Parts: sequence; C-alpha cells; structure tokens
Amino acid sequence: MTAFLDVKDLRIHFPTDDGLVRSVDGLTFSLERGKTLGIVGESGSGKSVTSLGILGLHKGGRARMSGEIWLDGEELIGASADHVRRLRGKKMAMIFQDPLSAMHPYYTVGDQIIEAYRIHHDVTKKVARKHAIDMLGRVGIPEPTSRVDDYPHQFSGGMRQRAMIAMALSCDPELLIADEPTTALDVTVQAQILDLMRDLQREFNSALIVITHDLGVVAELSDDILVMYGGKCVEYGAAETVFYDPEHPYTWGLLGSMPRLDRERTERLLPIKGSPPSLINVPPGCAFHPRCPYAERTEGRAETEVPELLKTSPGHLVRCHMAPEERRRLWESEIKPMLETT
Amino acid sequence: MALAACAGSPTQTPGQGQSAPAATGATAGGTEVADAAVGKIYNPSDKKGGTLKMANTADWDSLDPGNTYYGYSLNFARLYGRALLMFKAAPGTDGNTLVPDLAESVGKASDDAKTWTYKLRKGVKFEDGTEVTSKDVAYAVARQFDKEIHPNGPTYLNALLDWPKGYKGAYKSKDADFSSAVETPDDQTIIFHLKEPFGLFDYIMQMPMTMPVPKDKDTGTKYQEHVISTGPYKFEKNEIGKGFTLVRNDQWDPATDPNRPALPDRIEVQTGVNADDVDNRLISGDVHIAVDGLGIGNAALPKVLPDPALKARTDNPVQQRTWYTSIIPDVAPLDNVECRRAIAFAADRNSLYRAYGGETGGVITTSLIPPSMAGYKPIDLYKSEGDKGDVEKAKAALAKCGQPNGFETNIAYRTERTKEKAAAESLQQSLARVGIKLTLKPYPQDDYFALYAGKPSYVKENKIGLAINGWGSDYPDTYGFMQAITDSRDIRDAGNYNLSVKIPEVDKMIDQIKAEPDAAKRADMWSQIDHMVIDQAVVMPSVASKALYMRGKGLTNLFISDSQQMYDYVGVGVQQ
Amino acid sequence: MVTYIIRRVIGALAMLLIVSIVTFAIFFLVPRLAGATPEAFAARYVGRGASMDTIRLVAERLGFYDPVAVQYGRFLKGIVAGTEYDTGAGVDHCPAPCFGYSFITQQPVWPNLMDRSRVTLSLGIGAAVLWLVGGVATGVLSALRRGSFFDRSAMGIALAGVSLPIFFTGMISLSIFSYGLGWTAPGGAWVDVTIDPLQWAYNLLLPWITLALLFAATYARLTRAGMLETMGEDYIRTARAKGLVERGVVVKHGLRAALTPIVTVFGLDFGLLMGGAVLTESTFSLNGLGKYAVDAIKNNDLPAVMGVTLLAALFVVVANLVVDLLYAVVDPRVRLA
Repeated sequence: MTAFLDVKDLRIHFPTDDGLVRSVDGLTFSLERGKTLGIVGESGSGKSVTSLGILGLHKGGRARMSGEIWLDGEELIGASADHVRRLRGKKMAMIFQDPLSAMHPYYTVGDQIIEAYRIHHDVTKKVARKHAIDMLGRVGIPEPTSRVDDYPHQFSGGMRQRAMIAMALSCDPELLIADEPTTALDVTVQAQILDLMRDLQREFNSALIVITHDLGVVAELSDDILVMYGGKCVEYGAAETVFYDPEHPYTWGLLGSMPRLDRERTERLLPIKGSPPSLINVPPGCAFHPRCPYAERTEGRAETEVPELLKTSPGHLVRCHMAPEERRRLWESEIKPMLETT
Repeated sequence: MALAACAGSPTQTPGQGQSAPAATGATAGGTEVADAAVGKIYNPSDKKGGTLKMANTADWDSLDPGNTYYGYSLNFARLYGRALLMFKAAPGTDGNTLVPDLAESVGKASDDAKTWTYKLRKGVKFEDGTEVTSKDVAYAVARQFDKEIHPNGPTYLNALLDWPKGYKGAYKSKDADFSSAVETPDDQTIIFHLKEPFGLFDYIMQMPMTMPVPKDKDTGTKYQEHVISTGPYKFEKNEIGKGFTLVRNDQWDPATDPNRPALPDRIEVQTGVNADDVDNRLISGDVHIAVDGLGIGNAALPKVLPDPALKARTDNPVQQRTWYTSIIPDVAPLDNVECRRAIAFAADRNSLYRAYGGETGGVITTSLIPPSMAGYKPIDLYKSEGDKGDVEKAKAALAKCGQPNGFETNIAYRTERTKEKAAAESLQQSLARVGIKLTLKPYPQDDYFALYAGKPSYVKENKIGLAINGWGSDYPDTYGFMQAITDSRDIRDAGNYNLSVKIPEVDKMIDQIKAEPDAAKRADMWSQIDHMVIDQAVVMPSVASKALYMRGKGLTNLFISDSQQMYDYVGVGVQQ
Repeated sequence: MVTYIIRRVIGALAMLLIVSIVTFAIFFLVPRLAGATPEAFAARYVGRGASMDTIRLVAERLGFYDPVAVQYGRFLKGIVAGTEYDTGAGVDHCPAPCFGYSFITQQPVWPNLMDRSRVTLSLGIGAAVLWLVGGVATGVLSALRRGSFFDRSAMGIALAGVSLPIFFTGMISLSIFSYGLGWTAPGGAWVDVTIDPLQWAYNLLLPWITLALLFAATYARLTRAGMLETMGEDYIRTARAKGLVERGVVVKHGLRAALTPIVTVFGLDFGLLMGGAVLTESTFSLNGLGKYAVDAIKNNDLPAVMGVTLLAALFVVVANLVVDLLYAVVDPRVRLA
C-alpha cells in the first residue's frame, strides 16, 4: 500500500557544458491527502526543481530524471508527457511565488483562470467565467464580478497571490504545490495567505506541499518537514520534531535565520556562513561540511564520506556524521538557549 | 595610332565589318555581328507591325516639341511630330543630309542669307484631322519664344529672328504682330526674317521647335501631357515620369511623308528605369532599345565585353563628342601661353585614353573638332612617342614661362563621373613629372557649370587652372559644335561651357563663317580656329568619344545615323 | 485618451513644420549662404546653352529673387490654401494641399505623390505580410529549436539577408527569375490592384520577396530573441503547469508577449517604408515614392523634394502615433497619458 504521493529515490540531473548539475539527488518522501509537507532549503537546494519534477515540467527538456513518483497509484516518471500534462492543473496544481511574473501580464486575471479551467473542462466561456468569479470569491477577493476583468498589474500583491491560488484551485486538484507562496508579500499579508491556504486545504482535502526557505512558514502549516541541502534531504520528520528538536546543523542555521513576527529582525543569530554549494562540483564527503561549524567533530569523515540519511528516532531522519547524542547535546546546551534568549 | 588614323577619314566609320554589304547584314535569327548598325543597316526590312519597346533610364526634359533639347528627344520627337525639315533616316554620314519634311524642299535663302522661305506640303494633318497650315508652324515658333514657360528648348530662334521690340512670345504678347520675324503670307508658306545672315538656318529648321502646334489645343506647360501629333504615331497614353505609349496616327498620310517607314504598330516607352536593369533587359531581349542613347552602363560592361555573343550585339560608333581639358588662362601662371603648352606637352595622352575607357571609350584625338565633322584635321603640335607626353619639351616650355621648377594649380572635374576622375588623376601623375602639381577638385555635375567650373569668378577665386570638360554637338555641323565652346563673346557670369577660349581672332573668324555660304571655305576656317585653340593651348583634347550601344533582340532596319549619334528611331522596326 | 491624441497630433504638426523648415533650408537657404545667386539656382531648370535672359525669366517665375522666408511662406500658403499656376496658355488652380509644381516637369506635385503612394503601399503591404509571416515563423522555430541545424542555418541566412544590399539581391533575382527563367515580371511592371489583382500580385512578387527578405531577417532575429526571453518567463511555466498543450503555450503565451516589441518595430518600419522603399523601387523601377524622391533629389526638383520629404515625415509621425496607441492595446500595462 503506497501513499497518495510517494516519491522514491528521485534524481533530477541537468547536463550542461560545464558538467552534470545534480539538482535533486536521491530524494524520498511521501504524503497523504489532507496532509501538508514543507520542503525547506536555501535557493539552489533543489526544492523547486523537485516540485517541477513532480508536475512533469521537466519532461521534454534537458533534464535526466530517475526514481519513481507515484501519484494516487500511478507512476509519473515513466508516463508519457501528454498523460502527465492532462494531470497537470487538474489532479495536481501549483502556486508559484511572485504572481506578478507568474501571471501573464497581457491577459486578465479572469481569462487566465478561465483558461486553466477550460483546459480540463469542456465548458463554454460563460460557464468558465462564472466559475472563475466563483473561485475569486472563494479566495477572498472582494467584488470578484468586476475584478475578474482586471489585469494582474491592477491587483495588489496579496490579491494577486489569492488570484494565483484561485487559478491553481480552479480544477479542484488533489495535490497542490505552493512554491514560496508568501515570499513576495509583506508580513501581514503573508499571514492572511497562509490562513487562506490552510482553510482551503481543509475544504478541498488536498495534499499540500509548501516549498519555502522560511521555516516559520512551514512550521505553522505543515505536518511534515523535509530540509534539503545540495539536492539531498538532510533532515526529514514531523513538523514539531524538526522544529523543536532539529538535529542537523543546517536546520539549526535555518532556524537561526528565521524571521519572526514577534521581534524585529536586526541580525541573524546563527548565520550560515558561505553560500550554497555548486551542484556540479558538490564538495566531497558531506556537502555541508565547508559551511558546517561542527565539521571538525567528525574525525575527518566530513570531508571524505557522504553521510547516510539515518533514522535517529521514529519518523525522524537526519543526514549527519555526528553521533545523535552529540547532536542532541549541542542543540540542548548551545543552540536552543541562544535562539531563546534573544 | 591606327585608331586615330582610321577616324581621320570622316566618311569612313571606324571598326570592322566594312566588307559586309548592308543588304546582307545580320538577319532574323542569323549571326550577330558587332557594329552591324554602324554605317549600314542592321537587319534591313520594310515589314510593318509589332510593338517596339523602349526604356529610358531618366526622363525627357519634355515631350513638348517647343520645350525639349535632349539629343534623344530630338531623335524621338520625329515619331510624333514633323518639323519643316529633318535629317534623313539613313545610316552613317548619309544621315547627315537634311531633307524636307513638313516643307516641300529645304529653305530658300535670300542672297544675304537673312530671309528663309519654306513651302509646306499639302495634305499634312494633325491627329484630329485638321489640316496643318503655316500658321501652326508660326504659332509653334512664337510659343517657344516664351522661355519662362518653355525654358528647356534651344534658344536659336529667339536669337536669330528679328522679333519685334518687347515681344514676349505667344502667351504674353497674345495678339502682337510678329511678322518681322515670322511671316505666313498663305497657309502653305512661311518666311523667317533673320537679324543677321545665317547660312546654316536649315539646321535649325529640323529641330522640333518648328513642329506645328494648333493654337486652340495649346495648354502651355501642360501641352506635354498631350502633344497633338502630326507624325506617324500619336500618344495613346502618357504618364509623365512613368512612360507613355504611341500608336499609329490614322491621320498621317504616308503619301505626304517619304522619310518615315513607320514600321512598328505600337511603341511603348518606360521612363525612369534602373540603368542596370535596362542593360539586363536589353541583353535578355525584354527591351529593344535604351532610348537615352547613353550606351551600356559600367555595371554591364564587364559582362558584355568579354562575351563574344553579347559583344556581337553591340555597336561602337565614334561620336561627335570630344572629351578635353580646358586650360584656363585666367589663372596664373597659365596666363602665359608657355605654361599652358608645358601642360599640353607633359600630358600622357595614352593614359588619358585609358582613363576614358580605352578601345570602347574613344579614340585619341589631337583636335577639338570631332573626326566625322567638317573641318577636322589632326593637329600635331604636341606629338610624343607612344603618346606618352614629351617631358623634355614640357620642361623647356616651363623654362620659357619662367617656372622652370613647375607650379601648383587645381583641376576640376565632375564628382559623379568616374572617367573624368580617372582623367584628372592621370593628368595629376603625368604633370608631376615636370613639377606641375595638381590638386583634384571634384564638383557635383548638376552645378558644375552653373556654380563652379563654368563660373569665371569662382574659377579665379579658387584658382581652377584646369577643368575636365566635354562637348557634343546639337546638330552635325561644325558650327553647332564649335560656336558654343569657342566664341568668347558668349561668356557670361555663370553657366559657361566655354571655360578658356578667349581669342579675338577666333571670334572674328566665327562671324566670317556665319556669312560664308561655301561649305568648303567654312570647313577650312573651322580648321584654322581649331588650330589656333590648340596652339594657344587653352584646350587640350583627349579622346573623340565612342559610345557602346546594345541592340535588343528582334530589331529590324536598325542603324546609327551621324546626325542622331545613336540608333535612328525613325527607321527602326521589330520582328513579330 | 482623447487629450492624449490631440496632444500628439499637435506635436506631429509641429514636427512636420520643423521638417519642412529644415528641408527648405537645406535646399534653399544653405546654397544661398554658400553664395549661389538666384540665377545660379535657375540655371538648373533651363535647357543647355540657355541665355541669361532665359535664366532670369525662370528665376523670376520660380520666385528665386524673393527672400527665402517669403519663398517658404509661399510654400506653406500653397499647402494650406492652394495656389495658382500660370501655364502660359491659362491658369491652373492647384487646390490645397498644394505642394507646388515640379520645377522640372511642371506637373503639380501632390497628385503625383498620391499616385505614387499607391505603388509604395502595394509594395509595402505585400512585403510586410511576407516578412511578418516568414520572419516571425522562422524566429519562433529557431527559438524553440535553439542551437539546432535549423536555427543555425536560419540565423545564418538572416544575417546574410540583413547584410546583402537590395540593389544586389534585386538585380540578381531579376536576372535569374525574370530574364532567365521567366517566372516573374520584369522590372517596372505595374498594374493597379483595382484593375487586375492577379497581375498586380504577379508583378510585385519579386520586389515583395526581395524586400521581405531584408526585413524578414530582422524580424526572425527579433522574434527569436524575444521568444527566447519570454519562453523563460515565469508565466510560461504557469501556463504549462495549468496543463496547456505546448502549442498553446508557445503561441498564446510566448508569442503573444514576444510580439509586443515586434509591433513597435513593425509600425516604425512600415511607416518609414511608406515614405518610399528607395532601393527596392529604384532597383525594380517601380514608380513609388522612393524612386520619386531619388529622382527629385537627383534633378534638384525642390518642390518634389519638399513634398516627398513631408509626406515621408508624415508617415513616420503617423506610424509613431499608431504604434503608441497600439502599444496600449497590446500591452495592458501601458497607460496613455
């Protein structure tokens, strides 16, 4: 018995003139209907590539994909491009970040929702339009009957994101992927959008993947959290576990750089030094070791040996050379107090 | 030079093919021979019918017979108009003969050559069926007098005839009596009264100014849009700037016209056609004749000359046109004849010959008068070995001039004309051998005479010592060629073609020529004038120009006449 | 919107006025400052060997003795109020807009311009259709198959198309297709579309293709660059994520956005072209505005030069205005104010 969405050993590689880019390198996770998975990582960690891979948007391109993606009992990697296209938008839909650029500037918001609906439903324009207005109302856009004929640039940022959500939900998808849904928005609007998504997910009972660099966003929304680094999963577990008892130094870094509503963000407590690794020349050993403050505690294995993703407690997987006890001690004694005091 | 020697006999045309009798010239589909239309008839025929297609790279100055002066226009106008006289439509020198056209005979001059009388043929009609009378000719002459309305035509008649004082032409002096100039005692007679004797008046009478114009149909500047025909063809359609079509004029009676075979049924003329395209279409046979008579363009030459099949379809006659350099005595030190002679000695004539296009461009000449005109004599004053110039004699002349080390001056030429540029550069090089330094001064050809080389004040101010020049005749008499470029009394503020000849003896002799009825004596006097001009080194002739014409496909009865200096448009026909 | 258009029209009129002043100055004032006398001007419009009297008469008739400002005023008056012309045999009335009478042919300029703009328009429209369809299609295919053999060869040809002068390609193609194979009409062939549409198209086929090649190259490159850019946009990904078929993605979303700059360039190109496709018309001996302009300049035919310059300027100004208006239609983000 497989889950509603079951991703197994997903690899997405891009051959380039400079070498092979291993954007996603052996990712495994699963998700049930009505549940939410948060995928967290810096830009370039492979999280967006993963979501596009699930949607089949790499098909026909240069990407080399391997592994398995099972959606509702159907394998997608081996399926034909056209078959996946038919599922796209209907069975699985995506909410993109920055709706100003993700929506076509030359078509009205209504037209774009109507288009999305009519691809999968053989209905007249009139019917589709009514549906679009309906959807806009449901995502909380006031006066949807008149706003339906507005262009994206005539909407505010929050409104645009709502419209984007309306578009994604127009065909009642069972899997919804939201890629940085709140990044382009200011803080108060962020909260509204997150609330909206939570409500809608409950209403539609869809499986939701939220992709973000912001742990705060997923903490509120997710059931599970998957932390990605260098195309690999470095920590995966229930949201409260990853949030309250993280064991990977990278997760600590993410937590440290998390913006918080209750406090002004003036400095990052645990800034992650350096920049994300090149996906062509992935550092040998642990991909994170050049940036890891604790790399010297691994008796040199960090530079030579790729750490395994190992179960550290039930439902909690961590990819780190440090011993689990050492990691927990560091978290309890050093990191957690520092995060709490300020 | 063999070429120069060959051109020395005016009755003989240069080039080969003399042995082929005219009657057996190239026939339809037969082999083409170069120069088949020079001095003889190419593909003789009297078969009527077909459409003659002509193309013009530019446009007429005007189709109005009273307002046109272009050489090809004078040739072409005879298709739709009949002047009192015309040049015989015949090949070579035979084409120089004046024959009566509208008139019954050539002019009858009074003893003092001041009164010229012409009798008109009976039965000549305008295209609307109206009979042509002498009044129509008189009106045509009176209307062309108004140069404000008709500025393009020749001014001979304005200058020669004894017009009443204050006369302003047929438009402004509508009802004025101008019988002091032109008299029409009856419908068939017209008498011209001249101010001074002029023995060559018949040559003027063949120009289109004497083609009759019906007064009630004259629309002034708009008459060109529909000229009322008296010739074998009339205008069917005329779009100025684009082209026109001539069709047979059913009112033209061949019985009244022994001169025109009128072979084609229809003549289509396209104007403003890209010059390279015209050459291509001549080659392909899409067009029969390039009407402007300018010859093959530079772009097509490299294609035509090396190809025997194409070359065989060309005609390369010597024209009544001389390319020369004016040596201007207004500019020091050229006011000294020895300095001018130094230039004439030092110039490399062979190099100039090549500058003007070599074999197909012309023949080296030492006189101003073209080889086929009366009075032509080779002048050997500045002979040199191989025509390369005589450096020693040039240096000697410079010493006599008091400039033993040479001097500096400027040479003008027309920017657009590559051959003239090459000629100026050739002189620059050959004169440098004796220390004469030339600076090249190109000027736009449109304003060359009006603003620059032809404007004495400009020439003096800018020290234009030399100017590349060239001249062709209006009609095949030496007077028509020489007077305009040697008579110093016509030099005015601007717009001169005579840039350098200011010799009182020459002026005096021109007056004598005007009154001299004996053609042989006139020719002799022209030879003397030519000699004086060359001896004074105010003109340095380079080449007698040759043109290179291309025959289209399917032409009949084609020939070049000396009077037209190009294919004769009256004679030509087409195969069907 | 209305105020915007009114403002633009006023601006356009001012622009035309400036163009007319500059043109007039170039042809009338500059030579005068360089020392040309009225007679020197007039000497261009008389026959060979004309007497000084003739030249003075012509200078008088053409108004060269008047100050340049007066001459210009007369020109403007003709455009606004029309003018009268002495034909000798009578008076010809030239109604407004009267650009005067040609110094060379003594024909009124305006009817000539109108007549010839039909040729230029015919040439322009046919060529525009060809180059738009050909150029855009090539550009789209090139962009979609970036780096492929098709892309490389198409862009190579495009480069050649842009670099090869029309008088060269035109002459060669006339030689081959018209005079060699006899497939197309010879140079100068022209029938108005209202008389015989088929013959009209047949006559213009070669000029169309030749002219279109020149522009198609530019449009192919422009479309390719535009498509490469827009196909990388986020909204393209969105369209795909909706499950739209690829053709719909390319045409409805990609091309639609990539066409915006093409509309702009096309408007300006077409406006410029309407002022006369100088080289094409000269090469193919088509009596359009371009050839008219060349002949006018060659002959120093000043009224004709003025007329054609102003008409060309008008076309450009109008094209600019249309492009700006169209831009607001094409791109809803643009607001006209």
